[in-house]
Amino acid sequence: MFHDLFTTPSKSRKLPKSIPVTLSTRIRLARNLREFPFPGRAETSQKRAVLTKCMDALSVVKGLSDSFSVEVDDLSELDRQILVEKHLISPELSQVEEGSGIVLSEDRNCCIMINEEDHLRIQVLRPGLDFGSVWKLADALDTGIESAISYAYDGELGFLTACPTNLGTGMRASVMMHLPGLVMSKNMDKVINAVNQLGIAVRGLFGEGSDANGSIFQISNQQTLGESETAIIERLDSTLKNIVRQENFAREKLLQDDGVRLMDKMSRAVGNLKTCYLMQSSEAMDCLSLVRLASDFGMLPEKYRNLADRMFIEVQPGHVQLSAGKPVEAGFRDSLRAELLRKEFLRAPQIDPSPAAG
Amino acid sequence: MKCHHCDKQATVHLTQILNGQMHKMDLCETCAQEKGVTNPENLSIGNLMEQDGAEVDSVSGSMVCETCGTTHQEFKKGGRLGCEACYHVFRPVLDPLLDGMHAGVRHQGKVPAGSKSRVDFEQSIELVRKELQEAVEREDFEKAAELRDKLHDMENESKTIA
Repeated sequence: MFHDLFTTPSKSRKLPKSIPVTLSTRIRLARNLREFPFPGRAETSQKRAVLTKCMDALSVVKGLSDSFSVEVDDLSELDRQILVEKHLISPELSQVEEGSGIVLSEDRNCCIMINEEDHLRIQVLRPGLDFGSVWKLADALDTGIESAISYAYDGELGFLTACPTNLGTGMRASVMMHLPGLVMSKNMDKVINAVNQLGIAVRGLFGEGSDANGSIFQISNQQTLGESETAIIERLDSTLKNIVRQENFAREKLLQDDGVRLMDKMSRAVGNLKTCYLMQSSEAMDCLSLVRLASDFGMLPEKYRNLADRMFIEVQPGHVQLSAGKPVEAGFRDSLRAELLRKEFLRAPQIDPSPAAG
Repeated sequence: MKCHHCDKQATVHLTQILNGQMHKMDLCETCAQEKGVTNPENLSIGNLMEQDGAEVDSVSGSMVCETCGTTHQEFKKGGRLGCEACYHVFRPVLDPLLDGMHAGVRHQGKVPAGSKSRVDFEQSIELVRKELQEAVEREDFEKAAELRDKLHDMENESKTIA
């Protein structure tokens, strides 16, 4: 079974240490093969030909030697949902019918989607804020693939993509950010408006059209043509650092202005997680968000930030069913989710108020 | 920032989500009034693009990509192109869109080594083809014969590369 891959840890995988505010960094490159229509316009036979060509090319690329490849048709509903929840594939790819595939690197940092909106979507994902190494890896993978496959490329317009909004570099660089300070102080709309002016988009946890559950936002470049990859990344990076500053400022201010209320919220969140018997994923996300915040303030030990990050994914509906080993209906999922959280937070200490006083 | 329609300073900045994609347009106050931006009820960036000029409209009305069959209507509706040839076919309607969508209209990023040498080669073939046509037009048949042979060789070479 494909999901066995996720219950057995990877050889080289060590648990990454999480940092405040920034959860993960991702770069996605959109590429198409020459002489084939883009997936949205292709016949099934053409999609199959592209899939085979890409799978063959990818199997010899450096960095993907022990990778795992699968056709989306061969995945169960649950497997697809788990991949979406892990942010390895897009919700769009999970809905496709035939001729699409996924190649996942052994360390799970790279996931290549074949025949999503474009023939190839090369993605590299790392915890924390780390554009340098993520870009280096994505660039190297792309170069490796290009040595075996001819890309649709135009000297003036760059890499040709199904949607003109991805034209040029075909690059979407994004960061997943935890911004409870800006949400609670009702400043998030202002931030979204300001960064939109800079050609930067803010979306919810699962990309386009999704909610910002747990105060988690995906922030990415909107423009892909007219600037180099490094220029796009630098601009995004400086905006992100600014958002981190604003977030920290908002947190400090909340603590100063109404610290008791904030500590009440964080402390109750821990209480809920320790004692719940039924919990929906949205409530779990909000509680975990407050745990992460408390850990950032130094009111909970650091390991609870790591735990919150792990739980952000494990409380999602697909993952709850993965640990149950079978599809489970929504009501019972809430009970299984509560059981998991109760167990994980059993030994969680009381919130330590001293950082607020200091 | 300049107005999308004239050269005046843009003061109205319009953002609209069409088919899940964000589109932006900057307009000066006069153009904004003229295009009815003050009445958001029946406003669409698609329509604003439409009003760009009758010449674009008359050309685009019958546009269709012969390689994949995508029509201009389909592109307008779904915002997606069908194949690499579409970028050539729809270029006249695409250019003003790209201008509003991106930081610039020329690629400044990575150049794929293999694909580039193939693209460069194709561009040089295109150049010779143009020279040949010019030679024929000015009835320089000696030059034309020379260019025709050169083109022939290059086309054969391009088949071996592909």
